[in-house]
Amino acid sequence: MKRFIGFITKEFYHIFRDRRSLFILFGMPIVQILLFGFAITNEINNVDIAILDHSKDATTKEIINKISASKYFSIKQLIEREDDIEAVFKKGKVKAVLNFEKDFSKNLVKDHKATVQIITDATDPNTANTISNYVSSILQKYQQEQNKAIKINYIIVPQPRMVYNPELKSVYMFVPGVMTIILMLVSAMMTSISITREKELGTMEILLVSPIKPFQVIIGKVFPYIFLSIINAIVIVLLSIFIFKMPVQGSLFLLGVESVLFIISALALGILISTISATQQTAMMISLMGLMLPVILLSGFIFPISSMPLPLQIISNAIPAKWFIIILKGIMLKGVGLQFIWKETLILLGMTVFFIGLSVKKYKIRLE
Amino acid sequence: MNNTNVIQAEGLTKMFGDFTAVNAITFEVKKGEIFGFLGANGAGKTTAIKMLIGISNPTSGQAHVAGFDVSTQAEDIKKNIGYMSQKFALYDDLTVKENITFFGGIYGLTKIKIKEKTKELIEDLGLEEVANQLVGSLPLGWKQKISFSVALLHEPKIVFLDEPTGGVDPITRRQFWEMIYRAAHQGTTIFVTTHYMDEAEYCDRVSIMVNGKIEALDTPKELKKQFQVDSMNDVFLKLARG
Repeated sequence: MKRFIGFITKEFYHIFRDRRSLFILFGMPIVQILLFGFAITNEINNVDIAILDHSKDATTKEIINKISASKYFSIKQLIEREDDIEAVFKKGKVKAVLNFEKDFSKNLVKDHKATVQIITDATDPNTANTISNYVSSILQKYQQEQNKAIKINYIIVPQPRMVYNPELKSVYMFVPGVMTIILMLVSAMMTSISITREKELGTMEILLVSPIKPFQVIIGKVFPYIFLSIINAIVIVLLSIFIFKMPVQGSLFLLGVESVLFIISALALGILISTISATQQTAMMISLMGLMLPVILLSGFIFPISSMPLPLQIISNAIPAKWFIIILKGIMLKGVGLQFIWKETLILLGMTVFFIGLSVKKYKIRLE
Repeated sequence: MNNTNVIQAEGLTKMFGDFTAVNAITFEVKKGEIFGFLGANGAGKTTAIKMLIGISNPTSGQAHVAGFDVSTQAEDIKKNIGYMSQKFALYDDLTVKENITFFGGIYGLTKIKIKEKTKELIEDLGLEEVANQLVGSLPLGWKQKISFSVALLHEPKIVFLDEPTGGVDPITRRQFWEMIYRAAHQGTTIFVTTHYMDEAEYCDRVSIMVNGKIEALDTPKELKKQFQVDSMNDVFLKLARG
């Protein structure tokens, strides 16, 4: 036990004396969560649009007022000619142009039909899509209000309700994802680097020749990172609660237990990586390419798994992060208990056991 | 087994697939001896050492180090030997004192003993001024001396030195050999590999490995006589050229 404490003391010296690892450990999580939380957002707010109104009658005025009153759009420019449409897009001043046809009110009365064209700048397809949806829904609402007086035989009224994240805040989606990435990064990359560093410097050989047992070396190496990862997880949850007002609906205890499980699985991956790489550089590359990319791309963090091609969907099952994100979203957003996420927990547990077994086996082979 | 032999190897062999890295080597090292283990690069020195220090299992043959069997009692061997590699592996981001404390700790030395040893070592090497500096900031020669002293911290019966003088200047090398003599004088057995043939002259006995086999083993004086040359360098060249 005394040896173990000595070992861990040494490990903390390594961490606290290296600015780079300190930054990755404590700077990165905060920077990432703030970046994802504030800068990167899927919502649209105050999008600049232009209006080309050929009729300028009461109806179009009313619609334009409604649109400018919404918090999503601000009318930047009124243009007079079709030719100007392209020009305003090219200048990049507006994201969309609404083109009301001539005699809008008249057509409505006469033909019961009038057209407004929504032209969007689709260089950013997601935003373009969202804008067009928002405008359509404002138009639809207006139409319903107008038709109240008129009796129609039937009407289908969709009533969308967004549960668990009624305001559609993207930070709700990013917090579980970023937490997953950070824990993966800290646990897997940092441990694999710190173990390979000992190999590179030749100190691993000295340790193996000493009476300290190989598994003690490994536990001594990963223990500080378990501790630091837990601190990171706490910091992230606190940030999301106090800065982004994202409440944790479920049990904090369960959240803690699941996080520790994920941390251990990532540590086991880190050990595994350290057994196959000889240098710190290799360990870092394998961690980044082999772990970070799949975590970002295939875990369902940013891109929904259900819309991926089948082979990728199958591959995504092998990524521990996918299951952890489902668990996190369940606990943080839906407030579910273990009875709803036991399956994911079990899968994560199985993977953890598998990785630990594999790295122990690999490690033994290396000693041979 | 003879009690004065601290290392005894018989037909020690290591094969990697079809390749025989170490081919049935047999030798013994007496207590307090400085034993030079020579050979060209790739002759199998490092593989042989790894078997003797208990981190690699022999394919066949056997060896006893400090009275323990390398195949079955590796853990006991580890407590009784010191090891210093050619990288002088210390932690650069720890101070001299912290390094000593750490390595003393993993060998299970008590706190009091570690304190005692630290003081002794720092005085012996004249490191008072730099004791609280990071090892990374020290010159190579100092690292080498500290590394050797650290390998002796737990008072092992045998110290294995794997090319301990690589990359240091001749004066420092000479000082280092003085440290080796001192340790040997106090009864520690020294098992040392080297590339420098002048260092081979300092050894009590020398073995020369060629292609996994020990081709010569005797005192430097006898070897020179046997090969009818004036220096160990020529002995080595004669053997290595075959």
